[in-house]
Amino acid sequence: MKKYLVIAIKWVNVEFIKNEIQSYFNRIMTKQEIDKIRADFPILNQKVYNKQLIYFDNGATTQKPKQVIEAVSNFYSKTNSNIHRGVHFLSEKSTAIYEKSRECVKDFVNAAHVEEIIFTKGTTDGINLIAQVFGEKHFNEGDEVIISEMEHHSNIVPWQLICEKQKAKLKIIPFNDNGELIIEEFDKLLSEKTKIVAVTHVSNSLGTINPIKKIIKKARKFNVPVLIDAAQSIQHFKIDVQELDCDFLVFSGHKIYAETGIGVLYGKKKLLENLPPYQGGGDMIKTVDFEKTTYADLPLKYEAGTNNFVGAISLMVAINYIQTVGFDKIIEHETQLFNYATKKLSSIEGLKIIGTAKNKASVISFVLENIHNYDVGTLLDKMGMALRTGTHCTQPVMKHFNISGTIRASFSFYNTLEEIDLLYNAILRIKNLF
Amino acid sequence: MTIEQIQDEIIEDFSMFDEWMDKYEYIIELGKELPKIKEELKIEENKISGCQSQVWLHAEIKDSAISFTADSDAIITKGIIALLIKVLNNRTPKEISETKLYFLDKIGLQANLSPTRANGMVSMIKQLKYYALAFSN
Repeated sequence: MKKYLVIAIKWVNVEFIKNEIQSYFNRIMTKQEIDKIRADFPILNQKVYNKQLIYFDNGATTQKPKQVIEAVSNFYSKTNSNIHRGVHFLSEKSTAIYEKSRECVKDFVNAAHVEEIIFTKGTTDGINLIAQVFGEKHFNEGDEVIISEMEHHSNIVPWQLICEKQKAKLKIIPFNDNGELIIEEFDKLLSEKTKIVAVTHVSNSLGTINPIKKIIKKARKFNVPVLIDAAQSIQHFKIDVQELDCDFLVFSGHKIYAETGIGVLYGKKKLLENLPPYQGGGDMIKTVDFEKTTYADLPLKYEAGTNNFVGAISLMVAINYIQTVGFDKIIEHETQLFNYATKKLSSIEGLKIIGTAKNKASVISFVLENIHNYDVGTLLDKMGMALRTGTHCTQPVMKHFNISGTIRASFSFYNTLEEIDLLYNAILRIKNLF
Repeated sequence: MTIEQIQDEIIEDFSMFDEWMDKYEYIIELGKELPKIKEELKIEENKISGCQSQVWLHAEIKDSAISFTADSDAIITKGIIALLIKVLNNRTPKEISETKLYFLDKIGLQANLSPTRANGMVSMIKQLKYYALAFSN
C-alpha cells in the first residue's frame, strides 16, 4: 500500500513539474518574439552618437508602439472632435471611443464600476486631486496623513500643501537600509487621528515592491482609506483594485506605452461621490446658475474642461497592445531581465546597488565607488545608453543613504539580455577611465 | 597667446577625435589637471547653483588680471570648467566680459548651453563673467 502511495505521489509531482515547465515555456519570450516586439517600437531602431540606442530609462517614460502612434494619427485624420459636446457625427463617434477607453481601463484594473475611472493628466494630477478634495473635506487640525519615506515628490508635496492649509500633520513610514518599509513603524503610526494613507506600490528609485495588501488591511481596521501610487507598477504587474481593496489608485499613461498627458485615477464610487468637486469648468457641471451651480455625476464631476481624449484613446490602444503580447509573457521576460541585470551589475567591483529589498521589480539604482553619478550617466550617454541619473525626485531616499544621487536602469519588455551585457561592458570601460 | 588663439588650439585638439567617448576621455584628463581651489574656499558662497554636481569657483585679481581656481565632485564637470578657465584665466575683467566663447560650439559642447541641461555650464559661464564684472568696478 505504502509503495503505491509513494508511486502516486511521485507521479503527481512529475505531472506537476511537467506542467510547471510547460507553462514556463509558454510564458518565456523567444528571440523571434522579442525581435517582433522591438520592430513595433520605431524609436528603438536608431543610433545616437553613432551608437545603437539602448533605452534603459523606462521608469521615466516608456516608448510607444506603432499601434499607439498610428491610432493617434488616425484619430486626428478621421475622427477628431470634442467629446460630450456636439450632436454631430464626429463628436458622437469621438465621445463613444473616449467612453470605450474608460471601459477598457475599468476592465484592465478590474474596477467594479466604470464611473470609478477618472481620466487625469497623470499620476501627479491624480494625487493632487485626491489630496485637495479629500483633505478639504476630512482634514482638521491635528489630523494625520501617513506616507512613506520612499515616496516620489509627487506623493509628498501635494499632502504637505493640504496639511499646511488644514493644520494636519504628515507622518512618515521609514524604511530599513535594504529599502523595505518597516511595517511595525506603520502599526505605531496608525491611529484614530489618521485620515488617509498614501503609499507607492513600487519605489521609482529603489525598485522595492511594497506590501500594499498588508498596508490596506491594516488601515482598514481603523477605517482609513488608502491611496496607491501605481506609476511604477501598472506596467509590470496585473493590478486588481477590487482584490487589493484599495480606495484610490493612480497611474500615468506615458509609463504604460500610451501618450503623455493622460493618466488615471481610480476611486471607490461611494468615496468619490461624497467628495467635493476639484476644478470647475465645462463638462463637470449639471446646471450653471449665478445663484447655484449643480455638478455632474461621476466620472465627469472630476473631468473639468476638455479632457485629453486622444490620450485616453491612446491608453486603450496601449492596453490592448500589452494584452495582445500577453501580460504573462511581459512579466516573465521583465523578471528575467531584472534578475540577470542584478546578477551582472552586482558582480562589478565597486558597484553598489541602492535598494536591496527582497521583493523588487523593474528598477536597479546603483552608484560606482569614487565616480559621480553624473559622470557615469554622461559617459553611458555617449555610448548610446539612456539611463537616468540624479535623485529621481526622491530626495528623502538619497538622504537616507547619504548619497547625492544614483544611476538608474529601468527595464521594459522590449529590452534584451544582450543590452544588459553591453551596459555591463560600458560600466567596466567607464571604471577604467578613473 | 590671445584668447582667440587658445580657443583655436582647443578646437584643433578636439578635431582629432571622431568618437564622442574620446572627446570625453580628453575632458576627463583636463578635469584631472584643473588648478584646484583651496579646500578652505570650498564654501557655500563659492558654490555655483544650477548644477547636478557640486561646483566651486574662486577668483582673485592681481595686476589687473583675474585668476580662477575651481573644483567639482564630478570629473566631467571639472573638465568643462577647466576648459573655460584655460580660455579665460589671467585676463583682464574687460577681456573676460567681452570674450565670445565660440570654441564650445566648434567642439560640440553647445548642446550643454541650453539652460535646462543638468551640468550647469550656463551657470558656470555666468559666474565667470560675474567675477569679471565685479572686479571691473
